[in-house]
Amino acid sequence: MNFDFSDDQLALKEEARKFLSAKCPPDSVRKLMEDDSPGIDRALWTQVAEQGWLGAAIPEEHGGLGLGYLELCCIAEELGRAVAPIPFASTVYFFAEALLRAGDAEQKAAYLPKIVSGELIGTIASSEGTGPVSATKITAEVSGGKLTGVKIPVTDGSIADYAIALANEGGKPTLFIVDLNGAGVSRETVETLDRSRDAARIEFKDAPATRLGAAGDGLALYEAINDRAAVLIAFEQVGGSDMCLEMARAYALERYAFGRQIGGYQAIKHRLSDMYAKNVLARGNAYYGAWALNSDAPELPIAAAGARISASDAYWFGSKENVQVHGGMGYTWEVDCHLHYRRSRQLSVVAGSPRSWKHRLITMLERSNAA
Amino acid sequence: MDFNDTPQEAEYRVKVRAWLEENAPRGIKGVSLGDEDPELLIACKAWQAKKAAAGYAQIRWPKDWGGGGGSTIESVIFGQEESRLGVNLGGPFAIGLGMCIPTVMATADEETKARFIGPAVRGEELWCQLFSEPAGGSDVAAIRTKAVKDGDEWVINGQKIWTSGAHYSDYGILLVRTDPDAVKHKGLTMFWIDMKSAGIQCKSIHQMSGARGFNEVFFTDVRVKDSQRLGALNDGWKVSIVTLMNERASVGGGRGAPGGGALSALKLAQKMTDEDGAPLSTDRAFREKLADWYVRGEGLRFTGLRSLTALSRGQTPGPEASVAKLIQAAGAQDMANEMLELQDQFGIITDPKYAAAGGAFQDMVMGAPGMRIAGGTDEILRNIIAERVLGMPGEIRVDKDLPFKDLPTGR
Repeated sequence: MNFDFSDDQLALKEEARKFLSAKCPPDSVRKLMEDDSPGIDRALWTQVAEQGWLGAAIPEEHGGLGLGYLELCCIAEELGRAVAPIPFASTVYFFAEALLRAGDAEQKAAYLPKIVSGELIGTIASSEGTGPVSATKITAEVSGGKLTGVKIPVTDGSIADYAIALANEGGKPTLFIVDLNGAGVSRETVETLDRSRDAARIEFKDAPATRLGAAGDGLALYEAINDRAAVLIAFEQVGGSDMCLEMARAYALERYAFGRQIGGYQAIKHRLSDMYAKNVLARGNAYYGAWALNSDAPELPIAAAGARISASDAYWFGSKENVQVHGGMGYTWEVDCHLHYRRSRQLSVVAGSPRSWKHRLITMLERSNAA
Repeated sequence: MDFNDTPQEAEYRVKVRAWLEENAPRGIKGVSLGDEDPELLIACKAWQAKKAAAGYAQIRWPKDWGGGGGSTIESVIFGQEESRLGVNLGGPFAIGLGMCIPTVMATADEETKARFIGPAVRGEELWCQLFSEPAGGSDVAAIRTKAVKDGDEWVINGQKIWTSGAHYSDYGILLVRTDPDAVKHKGLTMFWIDMKSAGIQCKSIHQMSGARGFNEVFFTDVRVKDSQRLGALNDGWKVSIVTLMNERASVGGGRGAPGGGALSALKLAQKMTDEDGAPLSTDRAFREKLADWYVRGEGLRFTGLRSLTALSRGQTPGPEASVAKLIQAAGAQDMANEMLELQDQFGIITDPKYAAAGGAFQDMVMGAPGMRIAGGTDEILRNIIAERVLGMPGEIRVDKDLPFKDLPTGR
């Protein structure tokens, strides 16, 4: 049995943790959220690029390190733990993965090396309104290579250079690459719960769009990309919820009330145990996702759903109970519990909410039960 | 990262698989602790003897003690291969080999070890563990059964409870109070005892589920020799910790069907219909719950595989496995009840002629409360995780410095 990361992968994770605790302490995330135009720590972005992390899973022929997805999962966990304010997920898990999966040689050559170097921020634009994305709800339209429509929210949309947009062409959902600095694109930054990440409303009016993948393959590709991103986001969530438990644990030991450490009270102990239990389950499910992602296993959609559902549950529970254990201090801006509380909301919905993943998981289980 | 055996493990698996194909008994229904009928017990003993002769009983134990001289991962692989063939006959030996005999090994003299270890490994003699009492459940050290010295013998009076297998056991390990003037943890002593001793009476417990899987054991002037003492006089608490540590050392990770019971819940829901005739499995609220159950079951399965990986790499598994029973027991109760209510009025039926899914979920509703209590209540497990894994302070103990006899008691 070999269901764990290797020593080398664990060493990479350890290194990433050290790097991020030096370059991305909670203070810097909080300060960034106080800025007028938050959403990206440019200095951190440059340093992350220098570490080679943006290209961890991008093949060497495109300038990446060509390590693999297990390594990328290790990095993702640490980014989640640090609540890193950079467009890593949008650029790497979505934009780069979409290109690797569906791009032609020319598209890969044009964008992937720039992703690796940190020159290019990419994202995905799928949502147009409330509720889950579906074929019937796409109104964005491409005709004659020009995209028209509105996408909201587009994570990292006001800082991204390119987006992959889901739009209909000839009535069929298809993916397109759009230059967000080009003609026909107007962007408006949208306030969200999590100011450590940018979000935008993007209006396209005859914006030049290049097809990514085959016409009509849009939804299938979108799902396949989401499956891959879901595993990586689950690792960010696992990292975040582990950090919530560590914060709550440390506070429970240092805070005294009624003459003793609050961690001595069962009301607190049992809450921390429940956080721990959820984190253990989430980690187990995330590891299965990592295995499926890395080995391109047919189990990936089920594994991704499991990872996503379990990690969303753990991070929400961990982030809200972390505030609770901290009591009044936890509700202050300076104590940082809210960084995770906010990020947990962002990560829960960014690749489709747990609700829709649950429905999707059961649909897949029904199919395999019938088979 | 993968689910493969190391080359060594693969070789071992091939070897035991071939041996099992050749030797394992087939078509005997699985046995769980405490509910064995006499005929099944004979089958269990025969299989245990056969395994012992081939070195497959107690694989981790040294050969000198009748074991296989192998590793923990080898014993796990053997267990997996046994399960694969549907052979599940180890229940009656679990307590003896998992807890009692390790205690004997750690504390008894050579003569006693030589007398008991071999027969237990070969399944010839069964053991039970006599710790819990009506007044000492989670608080085991609060037990009141007393032993009074009489020459080189001790005279025992009192009552044990929740003793699995007491009615068919040959021997037991018994924790008693030998010094009521000492503080609670310091007046206990451990003995081994012949269950056929005069003055021992077993009575089965009628559980809330209707089943009778455990015993009360009454001691009336039962005499044991001082030479049956395990460990030093009044050192019984420390000895009992050895016993319980051995219980925790057993690793059973990675067994069971994917998703816990969620897939059978889905199958049942697909057969039932809603007000409008649509399968209940299409109900959104139900599907969301089902997904939670599946993911919870999978999370536990993968956690078990992580523990196995640590063993496979020659490391000590982390504390993750400590969440398993807590999650499983409460989860089973929750799922079983949802499945009962999903059946609407029909959900109350347990009659095997009519009950949906053979009444499996109704059975689970009645069994789950016991699972949440047996072997550490949900509350004790949460304390253990908080204190031992997360390093939270221990409970305030008002009983620490008082002589046992002066402690306040309820009934």
